[in-house]
Amino acid sequence: MATVSDVPVPSSRAVRPSARRPLLRKLWRRPPVIAAMVMLVIFIILALAAPLFAPHDPTALIPGAVMRPPSWQYLFGTDELGRDVLSRVIHGARISLQIGVFTISIALALGTLVGITAGFYGGLVDGMLMAVMEVLLAFPQILLAMAIVAMLGPSLTNAMIAVGLSAVPVYARTARGTTLSVRSMDFVEAARAVGAGDGRILLRHVLPNMISPVVVLATAGVGIAILIAAGLSYLGLGAQPPTPEWGAMLSESRAYLRNAWWMATFPGLAITVVVVSLNLCGDWLRDLLDPRLRK
Amino acid sequence: MRAFLVRRLFLLVPTVLGVTLATFLMLHLTPGDPVTIMLGEFASAADVARLRVELGLDRPLPVQYVKFLARALRGDLGTSIRSRRPVAEEIAERLPPTMQLALAAEVLAVGVGIPAGVAAATARIPAVDSTVVAVTLVGLSMPTFWSGLLLILLFSLTLGWLPITESQGLRALILPAVTLAAPAAAVLARVTRASVLEVLRQDYVRTARAKGVVERVVIYRHALRNALIPVLTVAALQFAGLVAGAVIVESVFARPGLGRLAVTAILSRDFPLAQGIVLVVATMYVFVNVGVDVVYGILDPRIRYR
Repeated sequence: MATVSDVPVPSSRAVRPSARRPLLRKLWRRPPVIAAMVMLVIFIILALAAPLFAPHDPTALIPGAVMRPPSWQYLFGTDELGRDVLSRVIHGARISLQIGVFTISIALALGTLVGITAGFYGGLVDGMLMAVMEVLLAFPQILLAMAIVAMLGPSLTNAMIAVGLSAVPVYARTARGTTLSVRSMDFVEAARAVGAGDGRILLRHVLPNMISPVVVLATAGVGIAILIAAGLSYLGLGAQPPTPEWGAMLSESRAYLRNAWWMATFPGLAITVVVVSLNLCGDWLRDLLDPRLRK
Repeated sequence: MRAFLVRRLFLLVPTVLGVTLATFLMLHLTPGDPVTIMLGEFASAADVARLRVELGLDRPLPVQYVKFLARALRGDLGTSIRSRRPVAEEIAERLPPTMQLALAAEVLAVGVGIPAGVAAATARIPAVDSTVVAVTLVGLSMPTFWSGLLLILLFSLTLGWLPITESQGLRALILPAVTLAAPAAAVLARVTRASVLEVLRQDYVRTARAKGVVERVVIYRHALRNALIPVLTVAALQFAGLVAGAVIVESVFARPGLGRLAVTAILSRDFPLAQGIVLVVATMYVFVNVGVDVVYGILDPRIRYR
């Protein structure tokens, strides 16, 4: 089948980048999106190089520095055990990045696989796969995630798996919908006519053309995933102490709210800034890729 | 209309069956032996065997499912491992405070979100629109377990206006309801704004303006009525989400409720209790969805004939 790749199949590739350039230029007219991207880059750098930026070990107890308010020495203060809150927030970025990447990889990979299989093959395969997805969609996402944690047991890894799996049905539904619209296009027919097999058609022709709505969904989904995973940790169903996870830190801070406002302030601020940035970028990407919204 | 109702209610059957099957399988898809997980590693062989029989785990899977279903239909959700009390009783006890919280949050979300969305879409001053858009973005992105803590910090600890320890009464409901309502109100405001903007572009709005109708009447009589249909759908669908979201808010404010019961059940590996809560909340979610569909059909005749 080596000759197949030489046959030009028109318009089977996703839209070329050059077609989007005017839209990219419009980015400069949306300063909040630029700010969000800068924040996300800072977040990723902090997460990747956390030990370089954190002034202290996130789990080390500093002798004689219990519940110190923010000062030049401890910018975000210290917690009830004398750990540096700034260092914990910086290391928390690393965990949140892991959560984001891991959960969305699960949701995106499984959701696309289910959706593209159901949409492409149709019939009984479609009926059965989507029936399972419909049932899972009958659960609110946080409830589904909690049910999965109930099965696997509370831990950060299980919480990440739970959040990822609980998002699969939404991705599967979107992936199926776009696959259905791509499947009947002429270039798929053309590829089949020149003798391409199912695997090749799916990978080379269907996948590149159905993926962008799913990717847009994923961009918005990272924020939701981080929120739900942090929520599970807040409830004690995710990251366990002494892990410097933002949700778990907020949970610990609750008991010291009266005396140590900083413990409850900075981890929450970190989550909010990251999620706001993700949502801003997600909205922008959606406008960019959704032709109906183009002016 | 009747045909539509019958069809919609008929479609409910497979979904509810699916939900019960998924909940039933929770126990069986658990890696490892659920009985050992529940009783701990040091349980005696006799205890393990007894619980296995009590849960019916010695029977074939289909038989177990039919029994599970038959008992659930009679309102019997099994016995909690932790408290040895009927699961249905525990849930019935904790459901009212959760519903109270979710209802209060729904009222707040509708009362704040919809006017904010209308204001953003129709405001003549651009700053109003961009403020609403910015505030809703933050509202959507702020975790409730942080906004709740900040509200306690400000209104209870610093200003001393509202209690943190009480769990009864209307005053104790204010902060939790505001916390839970914030993301829902933000979503509603965004949906309302988009919907009103969409309707304002329609021909009949242009016609109304062209024949000289006052702008206020155009907005309230012509545009808003049509724009609100999808908004009300979202608002109603949010209710079930608020019940689920109450899990976290109850934990922040140390309120008794279904959410805290669920967390306790999961942490103590109490499978019958966890299954019961999941089943009850998911079934409610399904029924609310169908109810919304039916009301939508009544409001908008186009839906019925699809």
